[in-house]
Formats: sequence, structure tokens, C-alpha cells
Amino acid sequence: MENKPEPILKLNNIEVKYHEVILVLKGVSIEVPKGGIVALLGANGAGKSTTLKAISGLLKHEDGEVTDGSIEFLGEQIHKKRAVEIAKMGIVQVIEGRRVFEHLTVEQNLLVGGHMRKGGDKTVKERLEMVYHYFPRLKQKRKEIAGFVSGGEQQMTVVGRALMTNPKLMLLDEPSMGLAPLLIHEIFEIITRLHEKEGISILLVEQNVKLALNVAPYAYVLENGRIVLDDTSERLKENEDIKDFYLGLTDVGGRKSFRDVKHYKRRKRWLT
Amino acid sequence: MSQTNLFFMTLTTGLMVGGIYALVALGWVIIYKCSGVLNLAMGELTIIGAYVTLTFYQMGVPFVLAVVISLIIGLVLGILTERVFLDRLIGEPILTVIMVTVGLSFFFRGLVEFIWGTNTRVFQPPVFPLKPVKIGFLVIGSVYLWSFVTAIVLLLILVAFFQYTRWGLAMQATADDEMAAISLGVSARFVYAAAWAIAFMAAGVGGSLLGNINGLNISVSYLGLLVLPAVVLGGLNSIPGAIVGGLAIGILQNFAGAYLDQYFPGGVKQIFPFVFMVVFLLFKPYGLWGWERIERV
Repeated sequence: MENKPEPILKLNNIEVKYHEVILVLKGVSIEVPKGGIVALLGANGAGKSTTLKAISGLLKHEDGEVTDGSIEFLGEQIHKKRAVEIAKMGIVQVIEGRRVFEHLTVEQNLLVGGHMRKGGDKTVKERLEMVYHYFPRLKQKRKEIAGFVSGGEQQMTVVGRALMTNPKLMLLDEPSMGLAPLLIHEIFEIITRLHEKEGISILLVEQNVKLALNVAPYAYVLENGRIVLDDTSERLKENEDIKDFYLGLTDVGGRKSFRDVKHYKRRKRWLT
Repeated sequence: MSQTNLFFMTLTTGLMVGGIYALVALGWVIIYKCSGVLNLAMGELTIIGAYVTLTFYQMGVPFVLAVVISLIIGLVLGILTERVFLDRLIGEPILTVIMVTVGLSFFFRGLVEFIWGTNTRVFQPPVFPLKPVKIGFLVIGSVYLWSFVTAIVLLLILVAFFQYTRWGLAMQATADDEMAAISLGVSARFVYAAAWAIAFMAAGVGGSLLGNINGLNISVSYLGLLVLPAVVLGGLNSIPGAIVGGLAIGILQNFAGAYLDQYFPGGVKQIFPFVFMVVFLLFKPYGLWGWERIERV
């Protein structure tokens, strides 16, 4: 990245093990610039979610551990800290799969996000209003039990809930999963606006590569626990391999046909 | 006494005692909800609280103040128990934790017998006037009435705590999805400790009230077992369920005592709630309001 601003988050060659034996990340280095959006792409099981959990510290609750390398947030090493401390520093992870507190109302969900009360009760109220400003739909549904609102509204609830913590860095894990295209569009529009207006840095994990490359100006590609590619989205969109494997386009730019599927084997070389 | 009169008297007394059960059951449900631990030491928590209240009352402290002191000691003991015995077990198989609560129940029981002995003690002088209260045609022992009022007030305070305070919401959130709660900066360790503290406090008050009714000895901890049919009835993780379950068990127990005792003399009052629990489980394994996990289809 040319002329890059100071990073808010820096992963230096981290290695993650689960249950002390299963090596999931084998040296991952990522930088998120202050006030930037960075996308993390990769297939299922590549280690994207693990990377996010390593940052937010949730890894420790799944018996995982950062065994090598370091994670720096605003110049401070955080990979040894507990998840609650990391959250207090201003990193919030939106776990994949719309994990609302399903027996609480939508508003109560948001209030739990304000649990840390940075800046006292008054700011919690202000932030609640702010969340309702970005997600007007949540205001309509605020008294409803979160387990029963629609999938899109649940996704909005968890993003809004994360916003309530007043984060400096938001780790978004597949916000598009299982949602209708129109809703995905709506949610990503709001995320982009949040990023621009509130100055929140975002590390975005997505399977929907096209979408991710449109939202984030810079992206990393993760395969089998290693970063295999990283570049600006402009250039990644032109990359043959990305086109082939993630965007499903042929060289000419048209839709890929099943006939060309053999290419897959040839192209896969850098993936292993 | 006429038949209808007997019926209504049994109903009211049952309801009043049920209020106490509801309070203890709520304490039990909180621990189950927040940490998934089936606490088999609940009965011992009730006698500890009851004995603490009794000791201070005997020293001349007014009853209300004695209960408050017992609440504070319950708070400290609850946090201590969680920190000393259960904190290091977080992440271990849940059966291990349940077995530890069995161990805890023996430990507490031993402690109580060691400190306070095994003789039955009564609150002397009686806390509540011996003269019964008359409401319409109902005659209720004032100890029952006041116990009920106290239990209901505490229940309301607890329910309000869960619905409206920051920590109450955080505890409910942890019960729903611990990982998501942690990601928002909710300390799970604090939630567990708070759950145990609340359970200790609720059980302590319940025990003190029951001690006023029947006198106090180690067998009051039988109440801890009685909590099980109450929570099974309401659903293991439902707060309103625990309250309704507690009330229902109180009523059932008294009806069994009033109407079945002549056919099955002996302890039918004691075992009836458990018989009921077994039959009830056949038909509603999740209880009335237990979570079957909300699945949107």
C-alpha cells in the first residue's frame, strides 16, 4: 500500500494453536490502517474466524492460544490479554452467525452492548439514539424479542450492539451470511457509512469476495492458515487467481463455464 | 371447619409457603441459567443463611437487620464459593462441576453442624406475632403472611434487577450466549460470581423465613431438594417459571398434606412434589417455560 497511514492493528507473524496441538494459523501478518477497511478473504476453514478471535481474545475461551508472533493494537501488545480487557481497549468482534441474545428484546441487546458504559449512562443513551439513527428498523422493533425478528434485523442488532461499545476497531465476521442480496446491500451500505462518519476501523471477513473487494480498498487472502496474497482491491480484482477461484470469471471477464473447471487443478498450485 | 373453608385455607397456606420456595428456586435458576451448573448444594445455602440470621437475632439484632446482615454475608460467601471452588473449573465438563456442588453440600453441612450443632433451634422470642391474621373468612398465621410478603418483595426486586439493570441484563446475556457477551466486554467470571451471590442471598432469606415457621435444624436443607420439582415444573432456565413452580409446589404440597394424608399416612406431604415431578416430566420434559432453543423456520 503506498503512502500508508499508521496502523491501528498489526499482526506480526502470529501462530495459533487449538488444544495445544492443532496448528491453525501458521504465520499470519496483517495490518489495518487507522480509519481503514481491510478485507480478509479465504475459503472455508482457511482460518479467517480464528484470526479475528485471536485479535479479540475470544480464542482463549475455545482453548486456543497465540503461540508465536504478536498482535499490536495502537502500539500495545494485546495477544496475552483477556477478551474483556481487549474489549475495553476498543476492539469489538461481531461473531459470525447473528448471535443475538435471543431471549432479550432488541433494545436490551443493544443495552448489553453499552455494558461497559464508557463515559457514563448519558453516553449510553446517546449511543442508543445513534444506533437507531443508523438502523431505523431496529427502533421499530426495539420491544420485540430478538430471537423472533428476521435474519436481517438480527444482523443489524448484532452490528448495532457492537457499535454500542464505542469501538475503535470492529471485527466483522461474515455479516452477509445467509441474508438476501438486498439486505446484504443495505447492511454494507450502513457499515460503509459507519466507517466514514464515525471513523471506525474495520477488519472484514467475507466469503462474498466481490462485495468485500468493493467495500474494502485493501485485502488479504488467507489459505490454510497462511497469507498467500495481499494487495489493493483494484489489483486483486484483476488478479487471475482471484478471478478464477473467488469471482468465478474467465480471462475475458465473462461468466465461467463448467467446461473450464479443469483449470482449477492447475491454478490451485499456490494454495497449498 | 367446613370443606370449602379447608380448601381455601390449604390453598392460601400453600401459596404462602410457595412464595418462599419460589425465592429459593429463583436463586437456583440463576446459577443454572448463567453457568449451566446444576447446583445440588442449594439446601445447604438455605441453612447457612438461616443460621446466620438466627445467630444475629439471638444476639438482639432486630430481625430485619439480621436478615440484611445475612444477605451481606451471603453475598460474600457466594462470591467466595465461586472464586475458591468453581472458578478454576470453568471449561471443565459440566458433570465435574455438578459433582463439586455435591461435595460443597457435604462441606457446608459439616460446617453448619460444626458451628451450630444439630439441635433444633427456634427464633426466640418469636419474630412474628402468634396471633393469626383474619382476612374475610380466611385465618392465616401471621408468620405465613409476612414470609409471603417478604418473599414476594424480594422476588420483585430480583426480577426488576434482571430486566432493568446493567448487570442483570449482562447476566441474562451471558445465559443466552456467553461468547457474544464476552465480546462486548461482559466479564463472565463476574457474572458467575454474581449468580452465586444472588443464589446465596435468596436461599438465605428463604431459609430464615422457613426457620420461623418450623424451627431450624439441618433438615431445613430438604428445601434444597424441593427446589428441583419447582424448577422442573417451571423449566430449568426460566425466571417466571421458577416463581410459578415454587408457588405451585407449595400449594401441591399442602393439598397433599390436607387430603392425601388420611389415605397414605406418614410423609406423603414430603414426597408428593417428587411424585408430581416424575409424572410431569413424562409430559413436558422442558417444563412450562423452559428453553427449547428458539428456532425460526
